[in-house]
Amino acid sequence: MLEEVFRDEWGRVLASLVGFLGDFDKAEEAAQEAFAIAAERWPASGMPANPGAWLVTTARNRSIDRIRRERTLAEKIHLLPAPEAIMDEFDDTVIKDERLELIFTCCHPALPLEGQVALTLRALGGLETAEIARAFLVSEETMKRRLSRAKTKIKATGIPFAVPGAHLLPDRLDAVLAVIYLIYNEGYRGRVDLGAEAIRLGRVLAALMPDEPEAHGLLALMMIHHARRRARFSGEDLVLLDDQDRSLWDMRQIVAGRAVLDRAIALGGRGAYVVQAAIASLQTRERIDWPQVTELYRRLADLTGSPVVELNRAAALAQAGDPAAALRAIDRLDLDGYLYFHSTRGELLRRLGREDEARAAYRRAIDLATSTPERRFLTRRLEQL
Amino acid sequence: MQYALLIYAEPGYDQALPDAEREAAYAEYLALADDARCIGAAHLQPAETATSVRVVGGRTLMTDGPFADTKEVLGGFCLVEAANLDEAIELAARIPAARLGGAVEVRPVVPR
Repeated sequence: MLEEVFRDEWGRVLASLVGFLGDFDKAEEAAQEAFAIAAERWPASGMPANPGAWLVTTARNRSIDRIRRERTLAEKIHLLPAPEAIMDEFDDTVIKDERLELIFTCCHPALPLEGQVALTLRALGGLETAEIARAFLVSEETMKRRLSRAKTKIKATGIPFAVPGAHLLPDRLDAVLAVIYLIYNEGYRGRVDLGAEAIRLGRVLAALMPDEPEAHGLLALMMIHHARRRARFSGEDLVLLDDQDRSLWDMRQIVAGRAVLDRAIALGGRGAYVVQAAIASLQTRERIDWPQVTELYRRLADLTGSPVVELNRAAALAQAGDPAAALRAIDRLDLDGYLYFHSTRGELLRRLGREDEARAAYRRAIDLATSTPERRFLTRRLEQL
Repeated sequence: MQYALLIYAEPGYDQALPDAEREAAYAEYLALADDARCIGAAHLQPAETATSVRVVGGRTLMTDGPFADTKEVLGGFCLVEAANLDEAIELAARIPAARLGGAVEVRPVVPR
């Protein structure tokens, strides 16, 4: 219970402290101190009416005390020049939500991408360094260094704690969305906790930027995908959309995801995340409208120029009933190093009765497989030929 | 905060431009140098004029050429005063070399 409140409040409290102290490490230290005091007191005294405000106030007071102590010490030994005034007065009834500033700082493109991801999970998501390390299969020491390098760069280079101005916003919002989606996709590979974490972050972002269709689009996309996660594997084996046990889908989350998608579309959203969410939504319908899925993939290909999207468009075209046209489209693509290029080709060749070529394509795909479930899945398809 | 904008480009990239474009690029360099936020700027002579100096055991050793032998070379720099990294990056992006195949390295200056 307490833990849940802490997770919910961490980002807001930390954001407020970074804004106040202008220093990531000091803010983290102060936040941790305040949470520790709360963990000690709240079980006995009960939770305050506004836990977030209580935590921020406590953390601010503590850090002001510490700054005063350090200053007194410094004055005594004449090490530092006279300090500039620090504001003591602050209204603890209105604590500004500065999480959006924090998100844009953490996802600043001047930081290495892995640093952006780690810092976003730590600062906004409230994950412990050890948890993030486990999620990305690196040692805690490595993750600690990664976080510390990112924080050092923020401070040394003057990365602003601010929501970018209108002329920078579109690019910078794209960067934020990309970080959250990357976190989601790490979870998609079987580590469900990161998927849920990305959805939490997506929710925060959509709430903080209620008029940005792509923020809603990304959230909808993640929710709808995530709702199918239990059906995606059977034991260790991958299960394709067609063969998934729909009773394992979380229909409530799908419905909720569609509502978020509706909001994105109502805001005029036609961007890449909105289109992908629309495709994901169509694919959870009782009868899938493949011609429409094909059309949405075409739009997505126009937006992204990605050959992988073209591959998906071709696969949808085959589902819509034209495997020959799909194969022609696929053979125009330059994706020889891509596993799903060969597995999709194999499937189309099989449907067209060209079994020898299908076998060769599946063998090539198996050569490119990097995970055991992928390899087992492809081997089964090959054996079924 | 002060930032150094270090301009790297292939030697002669400006000579390869059509006359009008080259003139426009030079004008942009001058405009940037005149910007109030620009504290200092320099256009360096070609890398062939460089001498790298090391002092080893009290002796001054010289080698002909730039410190790092790379395709892109340091061709000039600006020292700017900017509110934060975003502002410094906006100034860096105005440097013609950045869009003409080169790159501008933005480095915060250690305050004195």
